[in-house]
Parts: sequence; C-alpha cells; structure tokens
Amino acid sequence: MPLTLTLTPNFSEPGKRYFRAFSPGDDFYEMLIEAHRDLSDEQSAMLNAKLILLLANHIGDLSVLREALGHARDGV
Amino acid sequence: MLKTYTYPKYEYQQPQEQKERSAARYPVVIVGAGPVGMAAAIDCRLQGIPVVLLDEDDTVSIGSRGVCYAKRALEILDRLGVGDRVVEKGVSWNVGRTFFREEEVFNFNLLPEPDHKRPGMINLQQYYLEQYLVERCVELGVDMRWKNRVVSVQRMSDGVRLTIETPDGTYGIEADWLIAADGARSPIRKQMNLEVDGKVFMDRFLIADVVMKADFPAERWFWFDPPFHPNQSVLLHRQADSVWRIDFQLGWDADPEEEKKPANVIPRIKAMLGDEREFELEWVSVYTFQCRRMQEFRHGRVLFVGDAAHQVSPFGARGANSGIQDTDNLVWKLKLVLDGKAPERLLDTYSTERVAAADENLMNSTRSTDFITPKSNTSRMFRNAVLTLAEHHSFARALVNSGRLSVPAFLADSTLNTADADEFSGAMVPGAPMDDAPVGVDGKKAWLLDQTGNRFQLLYFTDVAERLGGKLDELRGLSMDPVPVEPVIVSEKAGAAAGVRVLHDLQHLVARRYDAREGSVYLLRPDQHVVARWRKFDAHKIRAAVARATCN
Repeated sequence: MPLTLTLTPNFSEPGKRYFRAFSPGDDFYEMLIEAHRDLSDEQSAMLNAKLILLLANHIGDLSVLREALGHARDGV
Repeated sequence: MLKTYTYPKYEYQQPQEQKERSAARYPVVIVGAGPVGMAAAIDCRLQGIPVVLLDEDDTVSIGSRGVCYAKRALEILDRLGVGDRVVEKGVSWNVGRTFFREEEVFNFNLLPEPDHKRPGMINLQQYYLEQYLVERCVELGVDMRWKNRVVSVQRMSDGVRLTIETPDGTYGIEADWLIAADGARSPIRKQMNLEVDGKVFMDRFLIADVVMKADFPAERWFWFDPPFHPNQSVLLHRQADSVWRIDFQLGWDADPEEEKKPANVIPRIKAMLGDEREFELEWVSVYTFQCRRMQEFRHGRVLFVGDAAHQVSPFGARGANSGIQDTDNLVWKLKLVLDGKAPERLLDTYSTERVAAADENLMNSTRSTDFITPKSNTSRMFRNAVLTLAEHHSFARALVNSGRLSVPAFLADSTLNTADADEFSGAMVPGAPMDDAPVGVDGKKAWLLDQTGNRFQLLYFTDVAERLGGKLDELRGLSMDPVPVEPVIVSEKAGAAAGVRVLHDLQHLVARRYDAREGSVYLLRPDQHVVARWRKFDAHKIRAAVARATCN
C-alpha cells in the first residue's frame, strides 16, 4: 500500500493485456455505472456509502484516507 | 445555404443490359456508393476483380456528415490511392479543450507519436472524401451506375439475382457475390428479413456546418453543461474551407423540424460564440442514433459492410472509420475465394473478425454516450465528480470520456492467427494492425505501411542481406506458392539481395516497434495485420501459417 494517495491513472486487472491506455479506466467506469442500474436515488446513495466503507477498509492507512477525504471535500 | 462546396452531379447512363434486354452476371456487385461501398469497389479493382457499383442517387453526401477520419482509415485510403488528397484537403488538429460549466477543466495535446506517416485523425467533410473516391473508382474502371435502385434481392445457392430500377424502368442482373453497403436503413437487409439488434438512444442532436469569417483556433472544444446550453453538451470542430461543425445535444423532447429552422439555430450559435463574430449557416440537421449490429455479417452470398451491418453513436468517429476497415478485411478474402484458392468459409472469418471489431466499437461508443449524456441522477453525479476532479488530478482526466479516438481492433483472438511459439515483447502480436515506421527504399525515404498490403508478405529482419545463400532461394520460393508470399528483407544496413526487396530500417524503428532481432520473421496479411511471427525462418512453419490464415 502506498504511503500517499495515488492521483495518477492506476486501473488495471492482473493478467489482462491492454492495447489502449484508456481501456482499464473505462472498464472501471462502466462497472461503476452498471452497479447502479435500475436503482432509485436513495438506493444508489446507500450503494455508494457501502462501497466507500468497503474500499476504505481495504486501503486501511488512515493518512491516505485523510488525504482522499480532503480532496473529495474540496470545492463541494 | 451551402456556399463553400458545389455538389457534383454524376451522369446516369442506361445500363447496357437494360438497353439490350440481355442477361449479365458479375463476380461482385456492390450496392451503395458511400465511403464504404466505394472503398470496397476500389479494393476489388486493385485485386483485379471486375465490379459493378449501384447507387440510387447521383451525387455525394449532402452535408458534412462523417467528418473525422482516423489514422487506420487514412492508412487504408493510402493503400487505395486517395490518402494524399484526403490528408491535403483535411484539417489536422492536436489541441482539445474540455469545459465544464463556466470553466476549462483541462486541455490535451494529441501530439502524435513521431515517425508515423499519418496523424491520429483529420477532419474533412464527407462529400470531399466521397468525391475523391468516385474519381478513383472511375480511374480504376469500376462500373458505376448512378440512379440504379435495387428493388428486390433473390438469393440463389451460388449467387444473387437483383432487380434494379432506373429512370428507364427495371432490369435484372446476377452476381456471384453481393456486397451490401447500403447504409443504416439497408434496404437489402430489410429485403432479406434480417434482424439488427441493439438499442436506440433517447436523445436528439443538432448539427450545423457554419462558415466562420473570423479566425478561431483549429482545436476541438467540448462543453459539458455550459451556461449557454445548460444541462446538455456542445462540440465544436474545424473542417476544411473554414467550415466549423457545431453539435448541440438537444434532449429527446426537442422537435426536430422546429430546431432545424435557422431562426432557432442562429441564436444558439450566437450564444455559444458569445460575441459578434460573423458566421453563416451552411447546413443543419437533427439526428438520433442507435447502437446495434447484425448477428452475422455474411449471409450466404451476401456480405454486409459498414452501417448496413453495424451502427454506433457518433462519439469517437467509429462509423465510416470502421466501415472502411470492414472492406479492408473483406476484399482480399473475397479475391482468394473467387480464385478458388481458399474455401468459402474464409468469408465466415470476415464476419467473426469484424463482429468482434464492431463489438469493441459499440462498447467504446456506448461508454462515451453514457458519459456525455448520463441516464440517471447517480450517473450524472459521477460524471460531474470526474469533471470536477479532472481540473487537478490526472487520474480523473483519464476518465473524462468525450469520445475515444477511433483506433483499429486487435484481432488477437482470430482463428486465422498462428499463436506465438517464441518470445516477443511489444504490441505487434498476431492479429495486431501493423505499426508504421520510416524506411529507406532505393536510397529514398519511404514508409513501412506504403511497402505492404494487397498480398501476403514476409518481413525478414537481417543485417547480412548479401550473405543469405540458400536461404535466399527459400525466401524467393515462397512467392511461387499458390497463395504467394512476397519476401521483404528489413535491414539496419542499406543492402541488396537478388530478387528480394530490401527495406532499410533507417532509424531502427521497425526493429524496435516489432521487437525484431537478427533472423526474426513476421508474416503479414494483405490487410496489413500481423498473422504470425517467429525468431527463426522456417519455410515449413510459414507455409502452415499461410494455410491457416486462408482456411486451407
């Protein structure tokens, strides 16, 4: 796990070969939008909350999470 | 309207068969003289196939329509002999600016990788491309029949019978093979009761060609949710002759007839330009689009290409570009089948390879559409979050999807490939569209892609071209085979070899891009795709790979 928040493109899937730089990011974005398909706004908000908790636990490092929270709060 | 271009009118002549009431049969008949049908016709002539091209109209595309031609399409147009005209007339652009509401969130420079002949993309009105293709068809002796509308298609076991309507009535002809390039609404597809599956996007877009009198940079500007057109997207692109393409998202509820009226279009453009810059409207249209494809592109003796076979959203310019790639894939296979050098099932691989490419195009254009026109509050929230983060963070800029540049598919899963048995790195895997590089030919600077195509070829990398001995006989022997393979030596030293062309790898870029060493060989398809490669020359393995690549 890195000690600081990664802000450069970082998506990939082990064992998968990408011929185009935009593909892994687009793969992720499609998965994300697809996960919300047919949900109400309230259901989507719940999905997002659960997703953040799952990913936060996976990252674990509170200094990284603090940095991410700062960037997310910025300008909102 | 329309002041920068005069539409040619191509002369209708009564077909000989109709005049003489005689029967005629042709090896290949193509329906539809758009960019894709004409690319197919030219390719047929380059392969020596006599070809009849039918079109119900007698001029080129009305309005600019397809305006972005990507690198791979330009390389194919080079092979067809119109690349220079298209690129000279077209506009190259490198800078793209992305705006979100009032702010420019970032800009990018497409600065292409150096040492390729063609740029990533040029902009050119479709009517210019069509005009150049018509002229090339005429030069190569394509039997072009304007004002010839197909009214019925009858399938036979060994061909098709067509009934055609002209200003002089109807007549019939037969073809061994029919190429249907008759567009998104394909009358041939309907005649044959074939399905095309997919979805309609519930959105409308206004496109306008505008002649701008004042200077404006040759850049692509894309607005998400701008103040002058709230909640929708707007795109500005430059074309030839100081004509600009402006594309406004309107939403599904817009009335297309009302929106097309200059009285409604002009205020939108004025609001966008934000000043008193002078402009004139050349052409306006309102479009919707579908993302869909046929299950199979081959139906017996009928081969579907371009929009007739598959339709994508316009974001990413994957319509005409992918259609031209269809014909690139098809025509060499058709030639081998017509000559009895390959079984008909080689043409099934046209379908499987181009269906896979169509799926990739559909996926990419659908993703762009979903980003540009989000379908739910949550989707819009994520899109806006990406755009907000994009101002400061490169990871978010990579997620902004205002249309991914049309790039060719890697046919890595094709059954025509021979899998690697040796270790190679880099992207030139079996199934890869070839990378270009500068080469020297007889002391002159040239391009690798201009030295390839139209036949199978073997690139043999060696710096001792003069001392190949018996291997030279083996190399030359390949060109005597029933499906000939032209040997081409690629050498880092200028050299010569009796009876074999030598390309001088001036900047060592061919070897680098193909991860080649002394003795490496690459087998190339007539459509400039890698189909097999080895670290050592072995004529037996090469012949087996050619057999596999031709379904023999």
